[in-house]
Amino acid sequence: MRIHGIEEILSEHPVFKAFDKETLELLGGCARNEHFRAGDRIFAEGDSADKVFLLRKGDVAVEIATSERAPIIVETLHPGDVLGWSWMVPPYRHMSDARAMTEIRAISLGAVCTRQKCDESPVLGYRMFQHLLPHMATRVRVLRLQLLDLYGPKEG
Amino acid sequence: MTGQSQIPADIGSQFVIEDPGALVSALLDDGWRVLGPRLRDDAIVYDKISTPGDLPRGMIDEQDGGHYRLRMGREGSWFDYVVGPQSWKQWLFPARQKLWSAEKASDGFELRPAAEEWPKTAFFGVRACEIAALEVQDRVFDNGEFADPGYHRRRAGTLIVAVQCARSAATCFCASMNTGPRADSGFDIALTELADEAAFIVECGSKRGAAILDRLVMRVPEQRHLQAAAAVSQAAAESQTRRMVEDIPNLLRENLEHPHWDVVADACLSCANCTLVCPTCFCSDVEDVNDLTGDHTERWRTWDSCFTADFSYVHGGSVRRSTKSRYRQWLTHKLSTWHDQFGSSGCVGCGRCIAWCPVGIDITAEAAEFATCTEQSGD
Amino acid sequence: MSLVHKPDPMLPRRYRVRRAWTELADATSMDLTPVDGEAAAFQPGQFNMLYVFGVGEIAISISGNPAEPERLIHTTRSVGAVSAALNSLREGDMLGVRGPFGSSWPVAAETGRHIVFVAGGLGLAPLRPAIYHVLEHRQRYASLTLVYGARSPDELLYADEIKAWKSRFDTEVDVTVDHAGSAWTGRVGVVTTCLDRALAGLDPATVSAFLCGPEIMMRFSVMNLADAGVPPDRVWISMERNMKCAIGFCGHCQFGPDFVCRDGPVFRHDHVAELLSMKEI
Repeated sequence: MRIHGIEEILSEHPVFKAFDKETLELLGGCARNEHFRAGDRIFAEGDSADKVFLLRKGDVAVEIATSERAPIIVETLHPGDVLGWSWMVPPYRHMSDARAMTEIRAISLGAVCTRQKCDESPVLGYRMFQHLLPHMATRVRVLRLQLLDLYGPKEG
Repeated sequence: MTGQSQIPADIGSQFVIEDPGALVSALLDDGWRVLGPRLRDDAIVYDKISTPGDLPRGMIDEQDGGHYRLRMGREGSWFDYVVGPQSWKQWLFPARQKLWSAEKASDGFELRPAAEEWPKTAFFGVRACEIAALEVQDRVFDNGEFADPGYHRRRAGTLIVAVQCARSAATCFCASMNTGPRADSGFDIALTELADEAAFIVECGSKRGAAILDRLVMRVPEQRHLQAAAAVSQAAAESQTRRMVEDIPNLLRENLEHPHWDVVADACLSCANCTLVCPTCFCSDVEDVNDLTGDHTERWRTWDSCFTADFSYVHGGSVRRSTKSRYRQWLTHKLSTWHDQFGSSGCVGCGRCIAWCPVGIDITAEAAEFATCTEQSGD
Repeated sequence: MSLVHKPDPMLPRRYRVRRAWTELADATSMDLTPVDGEAAAFQPGQFNMLYVFGVGEIAISISGNPAEPERLIHTTRSVGAVSAALNSLREGDMLGVRGPFGSSWPVAAETGRHIVFVAGGLGLAPLRPAIYHVLEHRQRYASLTLVYGARSPDELLYADEIKAWKSRFDTEVDVTVDHAGSAWTGRVGVVTTCLDRALAGLDPATVSAFLCGPEIMMRFSVMNLADAGVPPDRVWISMERNMKCAIGFCGHCQFGPDFVCRDGPVFRHDHVAELLSMKEI
């Protein structure tokens, strides 16, 4: 069955490595195994952010669609990364598309379930943010470097 | 030859003469191009001397922060003034110099190194600080890996007739830089004006100098002459009121982010005067100049200054955008990193930057600020 | 003073373009050969001053194989008048060359270690000679990793060569771009992320890293290397400053006490770290 297996698998993910057994059991209740084939859309811009995905295997393209040309990949995520943060902040809507570049194996945590468990247990809530925030901080720093367009043409 | 039984000059020998004009004439007669102090635009500049009468006799200068004035002083004096806005670098390291030219050819282009004439030249009236500056630039233009052949050719072809300063201006601080007021070496001939004796001590510094001196009628100095010469140099040193603080290379290196830089920056206009008058500043630019046909091009080297806005331009912007950073670059290079690069200070204590700064920024006072500021903060 | 009798270091040597080809929309490579005499030997990381008749002269890193100095390769990006002029030179055209100048990547001395090259944008061009050297003597090194970041998939320099290196079993190549169209199947992100992954599998004490790219990229990559535990005296960067003479006379390229044209452009990072952390030096 999936529940015991999921806690073990969760504990292997870099973000959840530090959680204790009880917390993992709590979260296990919100967890699901996820599988996508190459090319599948994982979520689309505007979708309600129901889940956060902890990537175990495969590569994901985070894309922004434009009307006048093909979507632009703004970020790729890989095993060990966390896909999705819109579930943490209202209005809980995705702001970009996510597409499986290869076959994907991931664990998802249901957003409503997880938020509820965090409300019930502030310690769990704090631990979630304590472990997710550094991951997001890294993403913000990376984004800033991308924004600087370091390799773009400069005036001569 | 004089026909007199005079002791032949040799390195280290000393003589007495009354009229340095005779030395000027001897040089001119021997075919030397003589460059020396002349009065122009109310300042003492270095230019061609065609007769001893060209020298600005009787003049004396008054110098201070952002202040330079000439007036008539002791009648008959030869060298009571000290250094003016120009230095000898304008001759050895010309402000504009053609490096080479190129002509378009059927299969590309041909290069022509610039042929340069440097007649045998005498610098007449070189002060001790200026000899020190020449020696500083000698090390710049031969860094052990690359040398400027033009600079060294000119330098080798130049005779140095030094003048041992009999007074210091208020801006002079060579004594604290160990570059003056007396030069013990670095000259072919040196003159010391003994006002009370109405005579000059002549020192011979080289074989080349000896050959010139042998053409003059000179006397053997008496003890009182030698004592007077020593006293003159001593007085010139003791009268200096400005001095460079101790340990400035380390002080500046350790205080690159000191708040005092902002204070200086408020005053500095980034006008580059200091770098123009400084006898050791060596920064340059290169310029490609084409004629209208586009078939003939020349590469010129020109003086540049670290104070200009695009001196440090790279990839769409300048590294040193603020006046503060450019003043800091100049001061730390001159007084600190020059030691790392060339094994000596870049400053010779001539005081020109103090006199010719339009707002009178005083390099010795700024350096002293860093000494006192860091003491107070206990760093 | 024997230096005075050497040829004037400000006078260029005439070279001809043996071949010129496009690398990217705004970057071209040239293979140069001297009109008279032999091509000069060079060390990886060194640069030449390239002169275009009547236009001007700029510093360009040498991008060829130091073991084949007779094939003098330069890759130039069009950012100003001289670089644009260089990029429009064609086979048979003549130009002036002075050099080689500057310090070099000390790869030859880092045998036995895990070599990590971190390149950003055109920064791959000055690193390529060092990569060639390590590839040529691959068995002397514990491993070879190249982490390379570019703006977009069609701005990847030396794309074919990167592909060839990627296909080698003894070389790890991680490429990332700032953004891409959805047809791109590689990474979108920054070199620091790739660098972290590459370092995760290596004992940091045995890593020697060579970085070349925009200063910001190098600065952040150095932080990642330090966080991972790579010794500070095993990290080298290549700096760029305004250069007019390349021989330490014009003063433009000074960085603290160093002349980037003579003491650099390759610097061991711990030597320049303090000044790099200050603004407007």
